[in-house]
Amino acid sequence: MNPTPRVGVLALQGAFGAHQRSLAALGVPSLEVRTPGDLGNVDALVIPGGESTTLWHLLGVNGLVEPLGERLAAGMPTLGTCAGLILLASDVRDGRSDQGWFSAIDISVRRNAFGRQIDSFECDLAVPALGPEDFHAVFIRAPLVEHVGPNVEVLAAVDGGPVAVREGPVLATAFHPELTGDTRVHRLFMDVLATRTGQVG
Amino acid sequence: MSDSPSHVTGTTRVKRGMAEMLKGGVIMDVVTPEQAKIAEDAGAVAVMALERVPADIRAEGGVARMSDPDMITGIVEAVTIPVMAKARIGHFAEAQVLQSLGVDFVDESEVLTPADEAHHIDKWAFDVPFVCGATNLGEALRRIGEGAAMIRSKGEAGTGNIVEAVRHLRSILGDIRRLTVADDAEIFDWAKRLAAPLPLVQEVASTGRLPVPMFCAGGIATPADASLVMQLGAEAVFVGSGIFKSDDPARRAVAIVDATTNFGDPGVVAKASRGLGEAMPGLEIGTLSTTFADRGW
Repeated sequence: MNPTPRVGVLALQGAFGAHQRSLAALGVPSLEVRTPGDLGNVDALVIPGGESTTLWHLLGVNGLVEPLGERLAAGMPTLGTCAGLILLASDVRDGRSDQGWFSAIDISVRRNAFGRQIDSFECDLAVPALGPEDFHAVFIRAPLVEHVGPNVEVLAAVDGGPVAVREGPVLATAFHPELTGDTRVHRLFMDVLATRTGQVG
Repeated sequence: MSDSPSHVTGTTRVKRGMAEMLKGGVIMDVVTPEQAKIAEDAGAVAVMALERVPADIRAEGGVARMSDPDMITGIVEAVTIPVMAKARIGHFAEAQVLQSLGVDFVDESEVLTPADEAHHIDKWAFDVPFVCGATNLGEALRRIGEGAAMIRSKGEAGTGNIVEAVRHLRSILGDIRRLTVADDAEIFDWAKRLAAPLPLVQEVASTGRLPVPMFCAGGIATPADASLVMQLGAEAVFVGSGIFKSDDPARRAVAIVDATTNFGDPGVVAKASRGLGEAMPGLEIGTLSTTFADRGW
């Protein structure tokens, strides 16, 4: 077993650079993942925010749909934010008819559920799993989790709708922890990763 | 866990964050809902809704204004990706209309005929984020000082000629690099020469990058053009006339998206460049009667 797990950030499009900065702030180096070869070199993956339709298109063009689907099915620790949450979901509403997803976490999501960019917002969010202090959350054309399966843990909600969820090795948020200086979501992800690699080892 | 009542919209963070989400992508000019769908199918990260692409504005002349709201709404309804639209420089009433239509980004654009020859729009007064063009670092920082959430190097729109985009990118990024090695006394002089707000000049000197994402526009016509500007340091590209003025727009759109994502892999760019048919007709900069890039102050 590799003693220091290698963390990848899907770098096809979107806020991958901001995630890399958040990980770096925790002292975690990360690799940009654009190809199946890159994916083979990492033990965990961050799927950033961006445009989910564009990301799905680029995953196809770059030959990543199948290998990433296999890695997710095999339990690779994965953090998805915003578009990343959409791609990890098991059902996507209000997407394009040809848009696919990975069904890596048992949730149904609605795209752009909060409206257009003009409705994008920030707020302080109680996330007990991250500790007693609120997490300042940034929502940008954000999706909303409309249904969660029995094994999904809801970590935070806005107006009763889940916006941070976890199931096994998969952690997903509708908001953008990479856009604030607060690294607690990334730290939680590193804890998930440590637990999983510990189990494997 | 409790619900959070205090939602704040229109903040600097959500505006710049929106720009962050578009990084690595291609924003395509479209003039109809059908073109918008072609762009979305090809993997565009957003579309720019306008009445005429820059090459036609250049050819037809006359005053170029904000597009018809019906046309913008038609495009907003046709796609699920973000929609941008252009307002004239200084025309804050056009920008207010665009915001009310629900566009996701307003481009205060030199491609349209300027409405004010001294003032840009006060972009802090809006909830919708703005992108503005710049030819040099001072211009970029003045626009950011006015509230722009994204900068695009201007290039020369509607020419299919990449030379101006390269000049502007090199000027902005070269000056950023030089600024990072300036000492404190020199930074005051930089602010004076750039005619830019001192705090922004100090911020760039310490971080080595603009406080907002920097994209590239104006003259991108081929996959290799996209790769070139991304390698020079652009964080995403705008393609105006380059797609829908070419022989095979759907195919060229896919190719430019592919080359933008994999800009550092010449093998992918080569593959993307095959069999695209003719690119848009190009223009020499020296032959132009109007240079859009000179608009803006």
